[in-house]
Amino acid sequence: MSDSLLLVAMVAVPAVGAAVVAALPRERTALARQLALGVSLVVLVLAVLATLAFDPDGDRFQLTSSVPWIEGFGVDFALGVDGIALVMLLLVGVLVPVVVLASWEDQPPARRSMRTFFAWLLLLEACMVGVFAATDVFLFYVFFEAMLVPMYFIVGSYGGPRRQYAAVKFFLYSLVGGLVMLAAVIGLYVVSEAAGEGTFAFESLRQLDIDPAAQRLLFLGFFVAFAIKAPLVPLHTWLPDAGAEAPIGGSVLLVGVLDKVGTFGFLRYCLPLFPDASREFAPFVLVLAVAGILYAALLAMGQSDMKRLVSYTSIAHFGFIALGVFAFSTEAGTGAVLYMVNHGIATGLLFLVVGMLIARGGSRLVGDYGGVASAAPKLAGVFLVAGLASLALPGTNSFVSEFLVLIGSFPTRPVFTILATVGIILAAIYVLLLYQRTMHGPQRGVLFPAADEPAGDATAPSTGGHGATSSATATLTAPAPAPARATSRLRDLSRREMTVVAPLVALVIALGVYPQPLIRLIEPAVAATMSDVGADPAGTTATSEGTD
Amino acid sequence: MTIEAPDLSLAALAPLLLVFGAACIGVLVEAFGPRDRRHPVQVAVALVGTLGGLVATLLLAGTREVTAGGALAVDGAGLFLQATIAALGALSILLFAERNLDPARSAFVVSAAVPAGSVRDRELLTVQRVQTEVYPLATFAIGGMMLFVTANDLLVMFVALEVLSLPLYLISGLARRRRLLSQEAAVKYFLLGSFASAFFLYGVALVYGATGSVRLSAVRESVAGEGGGTLAVLGLALLIVGLLFKASVAPFHTWTPDVYQGAPTPVTAFMAACTKVAAFGAILRLLYVAFGTEEWTWRPLVYGVAIVSMVVGAVLGLTQTDLKRMLAYSSVAHAGFLLTGVLGYPGSGDPAGSGLPAVMFYLLAYGLTTLGAFAVLTLVRSGDGEATHLSQWAGLAQRSPITAAVMSLFLLALAGIPLTSGFTGKFAVFRAAIEDGAWPLALVALLASAVAAFFYLRVIVLMYFSEPAADGPTVGVPGMPTTVVLAVTAAATLVLGIVPGAVLGLADQAAIFVG
Repeated sequence: MSDSLLLVAMVAVPAVGAAVVAALPRERTALARQLALGVSLVVLVLAVLATLAFDPDGDRFQLTSSVPWIEGFGVDFALGVDGIALVMLLLVGVLVPVVVLASWEDQPPARRSMRTFFAWLLLLEACMVGVFAATDVFLFYVFFEAMLVPMYFIVGSYGGPRRQYAAVKFFLYSLVGGLVMLAAVIGLYVVSEAAGEGTFAFESLRQLDIDPAAQRLLFLGFFVAFAIKAPLVPLHTWLPDAGAEAPIGGSVLLVGVLDKVGTFGFLRYCLPLFPDASREFAPFVLVLAVAGILYAALLAMGQSDMKRLVSYTSIAHFGFIALGVFAFSTEAGTGAVLYMVNHGIATGLLFLVVGMLIARGGSRLVGDYGGVASAAPKLAGVFLVAGLASLALPGTNSFVSEFLVLIGSFPTRPVFTILATVGIILAAIYVLLLYQRTMHGPQRGVLFPAADEPAGDATAPSTGGHGATSSATATLTAPAPAPARATSRLRDLSRREMTVVAPLVALVIALGVYPQPLIRLIEPAVAATMSDVGADPAGTTATSEGTD
Repeated sequence: MTIEAPDLSLAALAPLLLVFGAACIGVLVEAFGPRDRRHPVQVAVALVGTLGGLVATLLLAGTREVTAGGALAVDGAGLFLQATIAALGALSILLFAERNLDPARSAFVVSAAVPAGSVRDRELLTVQRVQTEVYPLATFAIGGMMLFVTANDLLVMFVALEVLSLPLYLISGLARRRRLLSQEAAVKYFLLGSFASAFFLYGVALVYGATGSVRLSAVRESVAGEGGGTLAVLGLALLIVGLLFKASVAPFHTWTPDVYQGAPTPVTAFMAACTKVAAFGAILRLLYVAFGTEEWTWRPLVYGVAIVSMVVGAVLGLTQTDLKRMLAYSSVAHAGFLLTGVLGYPGSGDPAGSGLPAVMFYLLAYGLTTLGAFAVLTLVRSGDGEATHLSQWAGLAQRSPITAAVMSLFLLALAGIPLTSGFTGKFAVFRAAIEDGAWPLALVALLASAVAAFFYLRVIVLMYFSEPAADGPTVGVPGMPTTVVLAVTAAATLVLGIVPGAVLGLADQAAIFVG
């Protein structure tokens, strides 16, 4: 086993960075954010180095390192990545600098400092790297739970008006899931103890032959935690609150990365460790997944708050990922992992753009905006790219993954796949409606206060009808050119904001056109996982119970 | 009939002798020392006694002997718990000695005998004289606790119970502020405590009647031989009730919130940390040594009581608006978690069970954390007294970021978040329970942890995410003693969470009962 310090450094660098940033004097916000950016870029470089050092056809886990941590419990501080974890690390590496840059000029709420925000952000990064890179189940659990604390403070200290409620709800949901998982983690240890030597090492646990009854219980323990995290439908209600109330950088990481730990966990822990139980519960999970796709899409259409809307679209997307994971085919699994990355990029971008719009208008309501495109074409352009990527238009990155999931699931789970396809149509509706209402049509709403002055010729009232707050007062005006006074509150994207979105836009298109390098990394790992689970769907029949 | 002098191993008794010796010297100082120099001398004597006891237990590590005519069992588990009590006791003494926080320079009333609210009382309220009787009293209590966990004989156990309880009853009533509340707490604790002692004594009598001996080893042989008659089981039940009362396990917890709230906060910290260790030490010894072969007699009882305690502690904790009461219910819930670990008993044949070391580690971790949490409570003051109402803590992070950060650390540890000592402890006891097949209990415990996490989080929410009230409390600048306590407990909470290996290993090695 070769010892590599690369992953250790990826955990240690942001952790140390967090401590340094936290120790800075309160007023040194500028230095704090520069440090945070520097540290997160170092992690990105390390992630790229790790990718270069990784051989997709080599061992399952590479770049491994392991030192005994708590000998009394048989716990090792063991890190290592397979292709799946590696792409997640890349995603973390890309998103954190982007988030730092996006939060560059945020004003902290009264009497709080951005220094602390950046410190929490870096600590969160350390935990996120750890959770994906851990190859010891106990270590994974520790990172899984520790991750809550920075996120809790990010939401609770820097979030929107209902941040207290959202932060506590987020924490408690995750904690309950985590504690149930803790029981399963201990259970796993006890099972391994009974089978010989007690261990938490993933590779040893994978080779255990656990009897079906125990598998069922342990599977459920892990599954509940991951289903809350991911989130699957009946357990999802914390996400719209947390996603909406978190500061925009927090939302990006929450939905873009943290929630992926759930789907990552399905793939890494539920399937290989409990293959029999996974097969047994698969129909049940698929029902939840498909129900999530449809239900969340319908709810997304009904949202008047843009951040809630984006959160609901994510729940729908997690349905697709879960479908890909539990379809038990390499193709669908690869699609699901690719989806995890792509969703992080696309939804991250969408959150960022929405955040930029909200920063300009000061309102989260869809109905408070209209006709932004004519005054801020760059913003609208990026919004469109993010939206199209979110609805998986061919040519954007999400298309590849969604297509792979559907094509991979169809042979094994035709009914569920067909139902899921309906979700694509719904996605088009909610994304395009959001885009059309806010970006097109007559200029109106909070960004165009002068638009209330009546104008002579009204254009066709094509969109604004559902606006929640201001549609009643917003009289229709000629779309362009807007009076100078009216546009005074609306700047187009600044250079910094362009720098924030540029890498993500580039990735949306690049991965849409040429996803091969990522697939190359992911596929062998997924294939190994699927062979663990004995990917043979013959025993189970797809029923049509997915209609609820 | 001649009475033979029992064999005494002075070395094995050294920790007890040091602590009791210090307590006796303290009494003499109180009687003969000049008043203006008493305080530093008393603090020094008490600290030398407790720290000396701590060092002595550490030097004795590895000893396994039954001494004093079979009345004391100095073994690994006993020494580990003695060391824990001595360390926590020394920290409590430091809290007692804090003179910077209260404007009148001490948390204790000058003269306990003066009626509360009388003219004399009002005069004394602002006098800067300090009361020094608390130090020998607390040292006696610490000595009693250390005797309690090594008692190998039910009668010695009873004597130790009284030695530790009586000083506690007294010092609970010595608060300088809100004296009536404090005195009420003392009376309540005394009355209910006497009942518990009576139960215990009756239990001793019944067990003696059934087995013909009060020696734990003899009791074990007797119940193993005869299968434990009704009388012995009844006696055991009464003994457990007495001990569960001291450990504040629901449904015998009703005194806990009132006493924790009314007693001076340093005393509350002392009780929450040390009494818990002592009571669980005795429970473990009684169950494992005397009734280890008759597991069926106590397992269902402990199982049920653990569930009740966890649920009561977690649920009632939710409704509290006073931090001291909240921490009291938290202590009830933690007693339940500890009992979960007590169930991880592998049976008399196999000494390698993980229940005993798990409970020992948990006691140490919990004691340090809860002591630290109460120490933080002494810092936050409004007017003359401590600000313990939840609403007063709103926005504390903006007044004093360090205080809030330290308190958050303790609360996260009590909630059992990874990388804190609380998590390591919980993991250890739950693993012991699950290994023993008690996974439904572990599941209940985990859910109770989640509920309890809510009220810990609520404090963090208040401190960090709420706006401070206009006339909020002030955060006092602690003097040397409290600073030391906070530094030690906070560091221990982190170290036992991040690198607990050494201490876990120690607990594992020490987990041996003789007798």
